[in-house]
Amino acid sequence: MIRLERVTKMYKTSTRPALDRVSVEVGKGEFVFLIGPSGSGKSTFLRLLLREDVPTRGKIWVTDLDVAKLPRRKVPRLRQRIGVVFQDFRLLPNKTVGENVAFALEVIGKSPSTIRKVVPEVLELVGLEGKAERMPHELSGGEQQRVAIARAFVNRPLVLLADEPTGNLDPDTSQDIMLLLERINRTGTTVVMATHDHSIVDSMRRRVVELDMGRVVRDEAHAVYGVGR
Amino acid sequence: MRTDFVVREVATGLRRNVTMTVAMVLTTAISLVMVGTGLLAVKTIDATEAIYSDRLEIRVALTQDVSTADADCTQPICAGLRSTLENSPLVAGVTYENQQEAYQRFQELFAGQSVAELARPQSLPATLRVKLVDRDGSTEAAAAAVKQAMDNQVGVRTVIDQRDVVSKLFDFLGGVRNVTFALALVQAVAALLLISNTVQVSAYTRRTEVGVMRLVGATRWYTQLPFLVEAVITGVVGAVLAGAGLLVGKIAFIDSLLAGIAQNGVIPPVTLADVLTVSAYLVPIGAVIAGITGYVTLRLYVKV
Ligand SMILES: Nc1ncnc2c1ncn2[C@@H]1O[C@H](COP(=O)(O)OP(=O)(O)O)[C@@H](O)[C@H]1O
Ligand SMILES: [Mg+2]
Repeated sequence: MIRLERVTKMYKTSTRPALDRVSVEVGKGEFVFLIGPSGSGKSTFLRLLLREDVPTRGKIWVTDLDVAKLPRRKVPRLRQRIGVVFQDFRLLPNKTVGENVAFALEVIGKSPSTIRKVVPEVLELVGLEGKAERMPHELSGGEQQRVAIARAFVNRPLVLLADEPTGNLDPDTSQDIMLLLERINRTGTTVVMATHDHSIVDSMRRRVVELDMGRVVRDEAHAVYGVGR
Repeated sequence: MRTDFVVREVATGLRRNVTMTVAMVLTTAISLVMVGTGLLAVKTIDATEAIYSDRLEIRVALTQDVSTADADCTQPICAGLRSTLENSPLVAGVTYENQQEAYQRFQELFAGQSVAELARPQSLPATLRVKLVDRDGSTEAAAAAVKQAMDNQVGVRTVIDQRDVVSKLFDFLGGVRNVTFALALVQAVAALLLISNTVQVSAYTRRTEVGVMRLVGATRWYTQLPFLVEAVITGVVGAVLAGAGLLVGKIAFIDSLLAGIAQNGVIPPVTLADVLTVSAYLVPIGAVIAGITGYVTLRLYVKV
């Protein structure tokens, strides 16, 4: 589903590579934690998968798409197969919950009838039934992240990328969000989640890919965050 | 492509920067008014030249003695001059206006004025009126040749090129056209910069939406079209205002300013149809310029 081969990313402004010869393969339906301290390259890893940026060296595959070589006009095709959520939710503040989710479908040309059918379904899946008319600022942080997840998942992507999705949430709310991501993972969606939250990683016991200074220092199934970090 | 989506986004965009939108519409309108004025000037000049190129003649005025002696150009001096002219390949035709005819035309021209009463047929010269052949859209060559052939000939008093008289008018109209186009150019640059700036501001105020669109895999049509449509709409509205401006300008200034000479047939009038035609051209011009500017701006400055 996702394959990186000796991927190196150098940003122009820094001397140390943000990613240094990273090779990782993630199979269909897997749930992977991408961990490591701040600045270790987790966000860069996800940005490259999304073609927000291109690697300096190395190859990246997402499904059958050669991401680094993808021509500009095919980038939307890649991104339609990938859902993304961030620490800061990135909801549109002047649209309702329902409109926020519908927006993601509108802009990729889905028909109004599809949108009317699918949006309530996904809101129910993330536990926001009955809140479609609310504005984002009328929701708690956890609920806002659910909207973001609904928006990322509404087009049934093959892959869901999450960059510290619980970074702004308290532990209980974080656990709820993790249950939701787990549920999405059970539908067959591959999930890659960057985090440096020990307790979440430890409680889930999933595959862990650990980055440090841009290098993969550990890639272990059913793992914990690790000692002394 | 969902048109309702684009319409909604465009409406939001235009409403969000009303002041910018208005500034952009007005600047576009002013520059297009100037372009329109320039086009009308060109059209008037062309039409004027067309009128005169048919009418303009070289007049060979004959000396007093020949004029008085010869009523129908049959005597040797006049007949000689005439056949010289008629044999030239650059001459389309020659007519003879004797003193009596000159006198009548003079009376019509200055009817009611005191010079008409003072004039006597004997004081006016008879003239050979020479129509010129048009070579490559110009009678320049023919005029020069005729002048050279007639100057200092026996019986010739002066050679008058009517084209000299109107060339001043053409110079003036040409000047109007050039100044208008120069101003239009400067104004157009201002309009382009403003359109470009508005597109950038518009993209900036909607960066969250555009960011979401990019992430969920919206194609460039979806992310860019609203901005382009916005630019094109302001271009078109600017052009419509410019058309209205031209119309007002015609009725308020041109009509009264040129009324006298246009009625006399000195220059052709600027008609309503002319103004409407030019205005109709301005709309696609405005739309295309705004659209191209918007597109280039998005390509260069806005990551969408
Ligand atoms: N756009 C950028 N330009 C320059 N350097 C960057 C940029 N983004 C990240 N970096 C650098 O790359 C390294 C990895 O950053 P990042 O991928 O954000 O790590 P993480 O998400 O694990 O905190 C850091 O040293 C960071 O300073
Ligand atoms: Mg990060």
